Amino acid sequence: MRAFPFASRNLKELIRDPMMIIFAIGFPVILLLLLSAIHSNAPVSLFAISKLSPGIAVFGLSFISLFSGMLIAKDRCSSFLMRLFASPLSASDYILGYILPLLPVAIIQSVVCFVLSFFLGLSVTANVLLALVVLIPTSVLFIGTGLLMGTLVNDKAVGGIASIIINLSAWLSGTWFNLNLVGSMFKAISDALPFANAVNAARAAISGDYAAIFPSLLWVIGYAVAVLVISIVIFRRKMMNATT
Amino acid sequence: MSAIQITGLTKKFKERTAVQPLDLSVNQGEFFSVLGVNGAGKTTIIRMLSCLTEPTSGDATLLGQSIVSNPRAVKEIINVSPQETAVAPRLTVRENLELIARIYGNDRNSAKEKATKVIDSLGLSEVERDKAKTLSGGWQRRLSIAMALISEPKILFLDEPTLGLDVLARRELWSLIEKMKGEVTILLTTHYLEEAEALSDRVGIMVKGELRAVGTVSELNARAGNQKFEDAFVSIATESGVIA
Repeated sequence: MRAFPFASRNLKELIRDPMMIIFAIGFPVILLLLLSAIHSNAPVSLFAISKLSPGIAVFGLSFISLFSGMLIAKDRCSSFLMRLFASPLSASDYILGYILPLLPVAIIQSVVCFVLSFFLGLSVTANVLLALVVLIPTSVLFIGTGLLMGTLVNDKAVGGIASIIINLSAWLSGTWFNLNLVGSMFKAISDALPFANAVNAARAAISGDYAAIFPSLLWVIGYAVAVLVISIVIFRRKMMNATT
Repeated sequence: MSAIQITGLTKKFKERTAVQPLDLSVNQGEFFSVLGVNGAGKTTIIRMLSCLTEPTSGDATLLGQSIVSNPRAVKEIINVSPQETAVAPRLTVRENLELIARIYGNDRNSAKEKATKVIDSLGLSEVERDKAKTLSGGWQRRLSIAMALISEPKILFLDEPTLGLDVLARRELWSLIEKMKGEVTILLTTHYLEEAEALSDRVGIMVKGELRAVGTVSELNARAGNQKFEDAFVSIATESGVIA
């Protein structure tokens, strides 16, 4: 299948980018250590490791939209994608080629976050594995967001838009502060968007509150499917009439 | 026998006609240059012939395959070296070549063999383990052409292959391109008169989307009544009284 060599190339491009390692692994790790240190000195229930680690895992995944968007936008702007569009690769080869290497990156990112959390006091239970599964739709959501951005705008603009998405996912996730404290409007917006739902679903998985997983997870799955479908449709349309 | 048979090929972008109805035949093994100033429509022709942009009307057959009704078959027999350097920046020279070989259906071993062959024939040995982004402009262009050749295309499109290169790098690429003459049908676009004069079997002069004249350099000189090709080009390009 021709998608695999392309996926392999994309994985190499990603893991050879030192900025990706810093942002994907380093930044969430530092935040986890920092907030855990704050919690140990001045306990805040929100920063308890069982609540904090799912939040940081989702925050870390938001950087995936930056990496995937940059990769695709750079391929477009450098005409590398134009070269490939002139090859026998099909639309599904491209889409799989971009998505496949990002999924393991996202899973590794979450694994690193939870393994570090074990050292910070998170219980080692099967629920962590469940949380990893629950985070997959969130990964797909951010990969799809990156695909959409990379298809529509250039690499410089991707940086700006991705930073807005990363900030939104941080502020509206309920990881850093209690959303109820800001006001009902803010809470309603947060509940309507996927970020707080992603964190809530992962928290429910970690705490073993299985019934609470699906209501939140369905929101995330809905957004992930919608964003992915829109990005694929636009990508295919661009491919039919390739312009940089 | 014709390798490229173009019939009434036209491209309009809204109200602007980028390529006026074009009829042209390029023989197998011929080196044909499309010469014109910036914005003459040269790249649009290549984009249509390589199935990157759908023509507004008309058609072209490449070794009997229609770009309109059978683009998939066309893509199997062509390759393109785009105007911008289209390489995977964090892959080595060898990895770039093997990637393209695999995308065109070669298995891992066959891709390695073909990469070795192309590296040897295009003199890329000294940089084969270097990442593409670390190469100079000249080496990147050489790699870009090597990536177009590794699929062993029957028809090769070179879009402004020496654009922005210094005179030495340009001459090196010319000698490289000259070696391919006769083995593969080449359609090259350029706005360098000396490039078209030095390399081509025949030259087509494009002005404002219209193919004004086609012939060998001596035929075009004779038609314009000039000794120098530059004078002949200016004369033909301004035949309607307007400099494009």
